[in-house]
Amino acid sequence: MGNTTPQTIAVAKILDEVIRNDRGRLLSGLISRLGDFQTAEDALQEASISALRHWGRSGIPHSPTAWLMKVALNKGIDRIRSSIRENKKAENHAQLAMKYTENIDPEDIPDERLRLIFACCHPALEEKSRIALTLRTVCNLTTREIAAVFIDTDSTIGQRISRAKAKIKAKGIGFSIPGPDLWSSRIDTVLSTIYLIYTTGYVTEESASQDFCNEALFLAQLLNNLTLADPEIEGALALMLLTQARKDARIDSDGASVPVFEQNRQRWNNHQIAQADDLLQNALKKKRPGPFQIKAALADCLMAEPNPDWEQMSFLYQSLWQFEPTAVVALNWAVVLSELRQEQQALTKIETLKEDLSEFQPWYAAYAHVLTKLGRYNEARVAYAQAIERSQNVANRHFLTAKLHELGVQ
Amino acid sequence: MKYMLLIYNNPAEEPEYGTPEFDSMMSDFFAANEKMKEDGVLVDGEGLQGIDTATSLRIKSGKVETMDGPFAETREHLGGYYIVNVPDLDAALSYAALIPSAKFGTIEVRPLMDYNPAG
Repeated sequence: MGNTTPQTIAVAKILDEVIRNDRGRLLSGLISRLGDFQTAEDALQEASISALRHWGRSGIPHSPTAWLMKVALNKGIDRIRSSIRENKKAENHAQLAMKYTENIDPEDIPDERLRLIFACCHPALEEKSRIALTLRTVCNLTTREIAAVFIDTDSTIGQRISRAKAKIKAKGIGFSIPGPDLWSSRIDTVLSTIYLIYTTGYVTEESASQDFCNEALFLAQLLNNLTLADPEIEGALALMLLTQARKDARIDSDGASVPVFEQNRQRWNNHQIAQADDLLQNALKKKRPGPFQIKAALADCLMAEPNPDWEQMSFLYQSLWQFEPTAVVALNWAVVLSELRQEQQALTKIETLKEDLSEFQPWYAAYAHVLTKLGRYNEARVAYAQAIERSQNVANRHFLTAKLHELGVQ
Repeated sequence: MKYMLLIYNNPAEEPEYGTPEFDSMMSDFFAANEKMKEDGVLVDGEGLQGIDTATSLRIKSGKVETMDGPFAETREHLGGYYIVNVPDLDAALSYAALIPSAKFGTIEVRPLMDYNPAG
């Protein structure tokens, strides 16, 4: 009797760990068999409560994850049966799920997270909902953790997630892997969502935001493991790894951001760079170029030793333009041209983009940079001041202020 | 699940009768119909006459008001619809993409309400 409490604590600890590691897998398996988010979440919740009781009494099962899966499926089937009496569709799900429980192999729970990722990142959902839902369901972040990065309240994010779940059901978004005709457009939406999770984490100064970067890397890695190597997935993962590798070098001791080619290479993560290079090589071999592969190649050229390969970057921007003819791509391309001694062309190009990018902080920084190169210091000072005004980020502001000081304040 | 594919377009942007573009649009419509029939998903589908033939009605304080014209003046009008019975949204979207008007208008895909009394 005296052992009850420590044992309960031990069981709760193990359960906690299983849920933390395997929630995404369990949930995706349950959702695709029970056909509904809410039923699956409730069933897993119920199964966890049962686990506390049963494991405490009869010991930890051989495979806790399989135990939870089996019990949650049974709970889910009961729920479907009792809540909806004669609905045919529900009956189908119940039968399907039943068949699955009979065949359950404790060692081998099929990984259904890919289906779940495609459902959470469906283009019929709003972008921010895709992010929140993916982080909550696949990555198991709490609504509080997600809210911290979005600078939203816990309940706003909670509502957004439950509305998104309701929409998946109402719109009839299936838990299926898109067929070959839809594959490339869907994988594109999934990768853009994951990349947005990454960049949101990267630019946000909240300490919790590092989670977003790690989760994005985890998601891209997962996607890469669960699919037949798709060059765009490899490209996206390579791009994020190359960015992540520079994380510790991107801000100097004065708290100012440092341009990539001026960073201290000793502080780059070589392991991540090597991993990214392998991925990129594999991707390029397939000869199916796409925007993420090009962006990863651009990052690679920017990090080249001893100096960035500006010439190659200019070619790459030309290819990127075929996929993404946007003002932002044109702006970056112009900056590369200015490094190739084509400052005047670069300036003209940047000026034509002003209307589209009048609220885009990097436009002012790029404009100031090229004006400086041309020796037009007065105009450059004005542009730096405008860039500083629009900067959301402390490190960036420090960097721009330093540049302004180099020109001498008037 | 049943979905209605609502075809919205701006008549001004539709290919004109008698042009090769018009003919190719019609043969694409025909191909879409055939594909939906062949796959056994087509429940219904019709084209509508132009908005100049529309009559709108509403009841205000018990009195029927009848008006010439559509309910709302917009650039894109409802020009026709399909109803398809398919497993999920992706399937509905793939049929919507076959409708040639998607090239110059918009296809809105909406699930029908399910009146299953047991649900």
